[in-house]
Amino acid sequence: MHMSDALLSPAVGGAFWAGALGVIAYCARKLKQKIDEKIIPLMGVLGAFIFAAQMINFTIPGTGSSGHLGGGMILAVILGPYAAFIVMASVLSIQALFFADGGLLALGCNIWNLGIYPCFIVFPLIYNTLVQAGSSPKRIVVVSMISGVAALQLGAFSVVIETLLSGRSELPFGTFIYMMLPIHLAIGLMEGFITAGVINFVRSARPEILESVSVSKDLSPGISLKNVLAGFLILSVVTGGALSWFASSNPDGLEWAIEKVFGTSELSEHEKGIAPALKHVQNKTSFLPNYSFKHGDDASEKEKSKEAWPNIAIGTSVSGIAGAIMVAGLILLCGLGIKFVKIKRD
Amino acid sequence: MLNFDKEYFNIGYLDTLAYKNTFVHRLDPRVKLVTTIVFVFMVVSFPKYELSKLIPFFIFPVFMSAAGEIPARFILKKLLFVSPFVFFVAIFNPVFDTAAMYNLYGIKFSGGWVSCISIMIRFTLTISSALLLVATTSFPGVCRALERLYVPKVFVVQLFFLYRYLFVLAEETMRIVRAINMRTFGRKKYGLKIFISTIGLLFMKTVERSERIYHSMCSRGFNGEIRLLKMDKTGFADIVFAVTAIALFIIFRRYDIARILGELAL
Repeated sequence: MHMSDALLSPAVGGAFWAGALGVIAYCARKLKQKIDEKIIPLMGVLGAFIFAAQMINFTIPGTGSSGHLGGGMILAVILGPYAAFIVMASVLSIQALFFADGGLLALGCNIWNLGIYPCFIVFPLIYNTLVQAGSSPKRIVVVSMISGVAALQLGAFSVVIETLLSGRSELPFGTFIYMMLPIHLAIGLMEGFITAGVINFVRSARPEILESVSVSKDLSPGISLKNVLAGFLILSVVTGGALSWFASSNPDGLEWAIEKVFGTSELSEHEKGIAPALKHVQNKTSFLPNYSFKHGDDASEKEKSKEAWPNIAIGTSVSGIAGAIMVAGLILLCGLGIKFVKIKRD
Repeated sequence: MLNFDKEYFNIGYLDTLAYKNTFVHRLDPRVKLVTTIVFVFMVVSFPKYELSKLIPFFIFPVFMSAAGEIPARFILKKLLFVSPFVFFVAIFNPVFDTAAMYNLYGIKFSGGWVSCISIMIRFTLTISSALLLVATTSFPGVCRALERLYVPKVFVVQLFFLYRYLFVLAEETMRIVRAINMRTFGRKKYGLKIFISTIGLLFMKTVERSERIYHSMCSRGFNGEIRLLKMDKTGFADIVFAVTAIALFIIFRRYDIARILGELAL
């Protein structure tokens, strides 16, 4: 489920980072406005809780495989959207750095996919409107499962969109969707079920804990319609330019898939297509504004020369490979050299 | 139920690596963070059929692991462990992109294979550099860098807290799991019911702990304002490191060093 650096282009990665950082800053401001000091240690420890909980596996009924808790939904239910989003972003940061889940550039996408949807779309629109303080455990189970499915489907859909916009993978839209969504339907159902299970368990065993927690939840009372609309606005700005491009030049996912199968790759244009829409954001976030966009031109040159490739003298590609092997060898030698010097010095 | 011990000691191991004292470890965390981010941007900015220009970039992770005395085997193991998703996506490139691209002594390589290999190289470069960043900087170091790069304080404090209590809660979890194991006669598979009540129990313990932490913070004068200790300084060595690294990245990005070298050699 984690998006990966290797599948991203700088434009897409940068845009989602900008989005994620923007929301983190927004949440930080919201929390500061009505801070209840008590929530600070609670947020920190709950982040660690999500990790600890992820280390325990359960056996998925009917199959031999095992699953674990994702965490976004349960955090949103317990802490409210603002605090939950910050906690989720911190959990994902640690996953990116310590467990190598995704990488640094993809972290923006992952925070977006696994944080925004459960905290700012699913929780206020589905969970919070359908579950009240006195709702029955059964109702919590049903609503949680719907929420879990919705959050994970949105997240999985985002992974597909991000991958396609980046143009590193050849997977056609339709095929990718068919592979991602059903898997995440199952994962979403489990996530919802576990979330509800834990909430109901705690509610029956120690109801006062949830109550004491929900005191601090009051600092972010139910999201107003205005905020939800603002969220959708950010969402549409980030994906809008890109999606409209899809709509115009690829009227049908299937047609696109067929086109791809028959090998007429339009990916260089694809890069150019999203570039203008994202350029503004990119310029703001990129460390070398004009630099990373060069690859758009590079790609088209490459694309043009692609037809010519088979006719090009063998020499060129051989020298490329030979050179690559030599460079790799040199680098390895450098590494071993440093190591050797170090050992000697000791 | 337990792939647990392994994961736990894995984080612990990365953490101990960060407390070595080498040139790389002594660099200002901000410098390492920024350099790594530039590195990742450079690597992913190549068009999708790029292979040879990517190879020189290996110098960065190799340097970091050699100079930082980080065992390469440990990093490679971690890479292998998380590679399935990327591999699963990349392996479809040869299926969908079959136009011949290279012709080596009669053996044709399709564009799909080239872009697939390119994705796997990018994966190796970007993920290993992220792992090496923590292994040579320590997580608190990364957090301090973030704070000084104007990331919101609430988020930075959240990261500090999470990291601090990660180990504490992992031990708590270990105790719970051990208790379950002792009462279930070593059964290996657990159903949802036991799983949910385990997580529920862990949750209750977590909340209780957070209350104790809050009280102890209050008794030490916490009043809602979060204060962080600042101590990193950017020195001459840091500037040299950053400038050299970024200059190298730019050269590698612009010129196809591998091809030039190959042409010279042949």
